[in-house]
Amino acid sequence: MISVTGREMPLGQWVLGRLRLDGVLLVLIGVLLLVGLAVLFSASGESMIALERQTMRIGLGVAAMVLAAQIPVRTLRSLAPWLFVAGVALLLAVMVAGEVGKGARRWLDLGFMRFQPSEIMKLAVPMMVAWYLSTRNDRPRFRDLLVTVPLILVPVFLIMRQPDLGTAMLVGAAGFLVVFLAGLSWRWFVGLGLAAAAAIPALWLQMHDYQRQRVLTLFNPESDPLGTGYHIIQSKIAIGSGGLYGKGWLNGTQSHLDFLPERSTDFIFAVYAEEFGFIGVALLLLLYFAIVARGLWISALAQDRFARLLGGSLALTFAVYMVVNIAMVTGLLPVVGVPLPLVSYGGTSLVTLMVAFGILMSIASQKRLVNR
Amino acid sequence: MAGRDDYGQEQQDQQRFVVRILLALLLLAAVLLLIGWRLSGLQVGAHTHFTTLSENNRLRVEPIAPSRGVIRDRNGQLLAGNRASYQLEVTVEQAGNLDDLLERLHDFVELSDADIERFRRGVRQRRPFQPVLLKAGLDDTTVARIAVSRHELPGVEIEARPMRFYPLGDKFSHVVGYVGRINEQDLARVDPRAYAGSSHIGKIGIERYYEDLLHGRPGYRQVEVNAQGRVIRELSVTPPEAGTDITLTIDADLQRAAYRSLAGRRGAIVALDPNNGEVLALVSAPGFDPEMFVHGISQAAFSDLQSDPARPLFNRALTGQYPPGSTVKPLVGLAALDEGITTADRRMFARGYFQIPGHERRYRDWRREGHGWVDMSRAIAVSSDVYFYDLAHTMGIDRMVPMLGAFGLGQRVGIDATGERAGILPSRDWKRATHDQVWFPGETLITAIGQGYMLSTPLQMADFTATLAGRGQRIQPRLLQSMDNGNGELERLLPQPREPVQAAPEHWDTIHESLIEAVHARHGTAWGSIGSRPPTNYRIAGKTGTSQVFGLGQDEEYDEDELPRHLWDHALFVGYAPADDPQIAVAVLVEHGGSGGRVAAPVAREVMDAFLKGDAGMTLDVAEDE
Repeated sequence: MISVTGREMPLGQWVLGRLRLDGVLLVLIGVLLLVGLAVLFSASGESMIALERQTMRIGLGVAAMVLAAQIPVRTLRSLAPWLFVAGVALLLAVMVAGEVGKGARRWLDLGFMRFQPSEIMKLAVPMMVAWYLSTRNDRPRFRDLLVTVPLILVPVFLIMRQPDLGTAMLVGAAGFLVVFLAGLSWRWFVGLGLAAAAAIPALWLQMHDYQRQRVLTLFNPESDPLGTGYHIIQSKIAIGSGGLYGKGWLNGTQSHLDFLPERSTDFIFAVYAEEFGFIGVALLLLLYFAIVARGLWISALAQDRFARLLGGSLALTFAVYMVVNIAMVTGLLPVVGVPLPLVSYGGTSLVTLMVAFGILMSIASQKRLVNR
Repeated sequence: MAGRDDYGQEQQDQQRFVVRILLALLLLAAVLLLIGWRLSGLQVGAHTHFTTLSENNRLRVEPIAPSRGVIRDRNGQLLAGNRASYQLEVTVEQAGNLDDLLERLHDFVELSDADIERFRRGVRQRRPFQPVLLKAGLDDTTVARIAVSRHELPGVEIEARPMRFYPLGDKFSHVVGYVGRINEQDLARVDPRAYAGSSHIGKIGIERYYEDLLHGRPGYRQVEVNAQGRVIRELSVTPPEAGTDITLTIDADLQRAAYRSLAGRRGAIVALDPNNGEVLALVSAPGFDPEMFVHGISQAAFSDLQSDPARPLFNRALTGQYPPGSTVKPLVGLAALDEGITTADRRMFARGYFQIPGHERRYRDWRREGHGWVDMSRAIAVSSDVYFYDLAHTMGIDRMVPMLGAFGLGQRVGIDATGERAGILPSRDWKRATHDQVWFPGETLITAIGQGYMLSTPLQMADFTATLAGRGQRIQPRLLQSMDNGNGELERLLPQPREPVQAAPEHWDTIHESLIEAVHARHGTAWGSIGSRPPTNYRIAGKTGTSQVFGLGQDEEYDEDELPRHLWDHALFVGYAPADDPQIAVAVLVEHGGSGGRVAAPVAREVMDAFLKGDAGMTLDVAEDE
């Protein structure tokens, strides 16, 4: 116990307070990251190299989270429009001067590093929409939609053109979740839903062949057992053969015998399900649910509208992330290339997610400061 | 608005938010339940079904590497091909104790620490029953000894794999380049799927530049495996598409003759066909054995190569930048004639030095006593510095630079190989941009004799020589002559003309005559080494150069800490032959060779003789294209 300004508190709590971190969220994320490392070790064929790299990325992510937690919500709010404008400008720059990797134009080379501007938009779009709606007094009305819908759809369209369907969808979800949380009337959601349904044929025409193929494969994976369908077939075999208790850590045959493709990245959930079974899967889903619930709890206690909307949207986007990935791996959704958040091998999305959690923690400590 | 209202608004807002959050949570819970239901269906309901599928999962798709296209010279000689290389592989599941096995293998084959480290890494990353490479490039004796003792070495296999080889070795190492094992950086610039089955990728030279052509497309085979993951049989095969065979413009015999003519000295030779831009020879000496890199060069061997003072890894012909010295005088002379600064007949008395009027400083001629009365032609033939100082002073840098630029100085030639540098064509703007200084008149003088800031690659020198030979016609130099279109026919590339250099015909005549004079007249700088014993069947037009510089020049940061022991001048010669119907344009650089006339000119003569079957050259029993 130490004494700060006359009051006694445990050292850990004091440190968390000083670093503006939320203990509950920190523990939940920590557990998830550790589970992720364990699964990755198995999925990568017990590769120490992959483990070291991912650990380094996690270190980078934690540092980014702690840094983001230090930014006061007020600053985030005034930054929002600038970040958004810069993000859109970078997306346009990628269209013109982006690096082509694996047939898609997503990377921007800054000379010292390469990064994906679409990652920025995962934060900038909800920030921008929350900023706009926080300048309005009441719940969003039709004319607010005239502003927010383009704010969301312009970046989404730019990201879709790269093409990066998965990220485009997440960015769109993050933006519309803000509008939803702000209390937009149900009628408009029904309307937007119908409009989206009407847009599907146009969307279909916009898609690249490989994207269409993935959607078609969803309905009949056996039609293409050696191409895109192979992923889903092998993934379902991995999950199903895991059974109730799983085959045990490092004992998954589907992954260790090299049947399961993309097993360290997008399909890592199948590795987990094979080795830890239905019970492990249920626990993992609970862990994800707890993280989302904690994020929403923090947002509910936030002091102003901007913080509330942004926090709620970030927490729910995390949920969308997870749901889309798992639905994709279990064959409920087409293969859109969304990683399992905080578990899949890879750097960029991990860092963005950790920054989002840093923002949530900043919102959490804003509350604490005012309440005391 | 009153504070009270604000507060009410805020509270209402928060309540609405909480309602929405609860809705969202409910929805999430519902979705998770749906997913849970789906998962229980897969994992509990259909568990037996999927377990059976998993246990019977016998199909696997494996990539098959395409065979790499071969590289030939213009006459069909093989420069890079594929041959079976024997390598030692271990199937860990059958090997028993690995340490014991490695211990026993030491009696048969030399295993370096690097080999063992790579092997252990491979063991960690392998699939079950996948053999792991232990040692590549085994010789026949080792193969035989291991084959005889196979019963003592369980799990050990000798595999024959196609491996790149370079029959002409170090003489072509800088042109053809080499392939090496794929690393992370390589994977970042190619589609990893296309390289799923491949172990090697082009690293430098033609191998790198034409990687896309040479590599081909991988095939796939569907195999059946048993429950432990061991391949039992092959079910179907999609064969790989082999890489494209390509033919270079290089004449291998000429390249070898050129390499030999340097006689162990460090230098570069570039020979072009001025009529179509084909690179006939491109030599950087010394070279290195490219096959070392194919098999995986050891750290020790690599640092030996890097610290070798002769710098065999350095491509002098493309990456090396040298002051072009007096070889630029014909270009400066043409600029002066074209600008009307002087006429071919105007004579001046060239003393041993030149002074800018009103300045003290003396700009010396290489010949202490000067050259006496000279006109343009004689000034080029005797290489009078003072004559060109005088011209440059009258002309000024601004009227000199455009012509030099039109000949390609200061720009990459754009040849189809890796590592090419642009050299430097200094100008007022260049100096302001790079040194933030104004241009001094004295710098104009030394630029006119190819010294000072000016730098040029041997390739650029050969290129401007070809332009002189073609009287301004400029064709893009290139190394690729044709490629196999898959039906056994060669698809030839067409010459690509570039913007020609414009000058009046009589000015081209003057320069052309002066270059013949430099070689064949008694006062010419190349008289001693060529003109006094000329080839009987053709004449040479050429220009000597001697560039004063330490090491590689100020712009070369490659390895300052190992400046050559002796600080001799670089010897240069550029020329074309036959003078009246040019078939070959040559640039020769001998690093720290001394005088261009004495050292570089004979080398160029040997190269030309070899190509034009001159009397002094070795006879080439090779049909020429023309």
